Amino acid sequence: PHSAMSSVATQRLSTKRQTLDEAYAPPANFLEIEVVNPITHGVGKMRYTDYEIRMRTNLPVFKQKESSVRRRYSDFEWLRGELERDSKIVVPALPGKSLKRQLPFRSDDGIFEEEFIENRRKQLEQFINKVAGHPLAQNERSLHIFIQEPTIDKNYVPGKIRSN
Amino acid sequence: MASLFGFGQSAEVVIKLDDHDTRPTAKIRNDDGTLETHYLFLDGETVSGTVDVNLKKAGVKLEHQGIRIEFIGQIEVYYDRGNQHDFISLTKDLARPGELIDQRNSFQFEFANPEKPFESYMGTNVKLRYLLKVTIVRRLTDIVKEMELIVHTLSSYREEMNQNIKMEVGIEDCLHIEFEYNKNKYHLRDVIVGKIYFLLVRIKIKYMELTIIKRETVGGGANSFNENETIARYEIMDGAPVRGESIPIRLFLGGYDLTPTMRDVSKKFSVKYLLNLVLIDEEDRRYFKQQATTPMALPEPASPELERSVDEDDRGRGGENGVGDGSSSNGPKAVEAQ
Repeated sequence: PHSAMSSVATQRLSTKRQTLDEAYAPPANFLEIEVVNPITHGVGKMRYTDYEIRMRTNLPVFKQKESSVRRRYSDFEWLRGELERDSKIVVPALPGKSLKRQLPFRSDDGIFEEEFIENRRKQLEQFINKVAGHPLAQNERSLHIFIQEPTIDKNYVPGKIRSN
Repeated sequence: MASLFGFGQSAEVVIKLDDHDTRPTAKIRNDDGTLETHYLFLDGETVSGTVDVNLKKAGVKLEHQGIRIEFIGQIEVYYDRGNQHDFISLTKDLARPGELIDQRNSFQFEFANPEKPFESYMGTNVKLRYLLKVTIVRRLTDIVKEMELIVHTLSSYREEMNQNIKMEVGIEDCLHIEFEYNKNKYHLRDVIVGKIYFLLVRIKIKYMELTIIKRETVGGGANSFNENETIARYEIMDGAPVRGESIPIRLFLGGYDLTPTMRDVSKKFSVKYLLNLVLIDEEDRRYFKQQATTPMALPEPASPELERSVDEDDRGRGGENGVGDGSSSNGPKAVEAQ
């Protein structure tokens, strides 16, 4: 048994050799989403902030390899709701709604404070990267609409995307 | 068994095996995690020896209603404590009712080739043990002495029946891998040799590990208790692979606390081992594929064809897949999301 043991110590199954193409081609798992350029629109009660969602990918499931759209916080909420309903995944949480900051008679700018917006931007970026990287979320039409369609059609037909 | 009234034990009972100096011993992990050492037996071996009853006080007689020794194999299910199931119980009378007058009394006993069909096992919800139990029956309290024994079961398998396992699994359009293990049955000190071959990688993998999970099932039907315990976690890859890469696996089982696979022991419990391949991506999502394998027994000294071992029987039973079968068309399966 001892000679057998020593050979087992270095035993390996034979492997196919990786081709140079496979070794040097860019990886097939590229996906980057940035949430940038927050802009506050409107005046008075109608003010809202939106963000640019900039995506670059080489995953075939996404129609466009590069895209840029503008989305506001409520759009993120819409996406989260759609995914909760249609996909079987545990959707991560969004940054808080900050109702407190929307009370009148504030000494600061409430939800339009720069610091607050920056924090929210970071957290939205984390959220969308987590969701978009999820293999099951990638099949949901709502995600593709959110990331790549110029405007969100809330009356869309929910369903799965087939990538071929 | 100190008597209740503080007189102390009036007799000391010692059980001695005939071959106590040559009989091998084995260790077993106790409830509290400590290792106990006991004499080791195999199925069919004769259990014989002497029982010495030594009286504490010279000149004081010990009345009794009989002395007997039992060889017991019992299964104790923890949530049903006190309800022990003896699958073997053999009794030999050593003395008729009467008095012990001498200070030293010695009785021979022999259980010729008793059946010991199962391996000793100390689990989370169940325990299977063998013991010799001497009882001096008395009017108020019996004097009882127990000696635990360990039993190992051996099995043999023909090497050519032990095929390798090769499978292609994955999540459609996301991750396709092919894995291969050299056997479906491993003995307890075997080496799992295998490889993972990546056919398609569209997720950002961080690392990959192989875990061995022990699944203890107690009871049956609706009220069965499953207890999973991760015996080993062994990282086999660090970093993101690309298409065409092979990752070698070499996992030495000797370093882990394994028992043989036990199937439906006395209709009470089972112990199964699963090889679980886990890939973890940058968002800490887990992708896994489980494979049942069987460890077998290997006591020392072992003849080459008798081993205690670990095997694999439910091949390709899709029920335990984390990563869906690449060939199946029903899309991704059970990818856990955080």
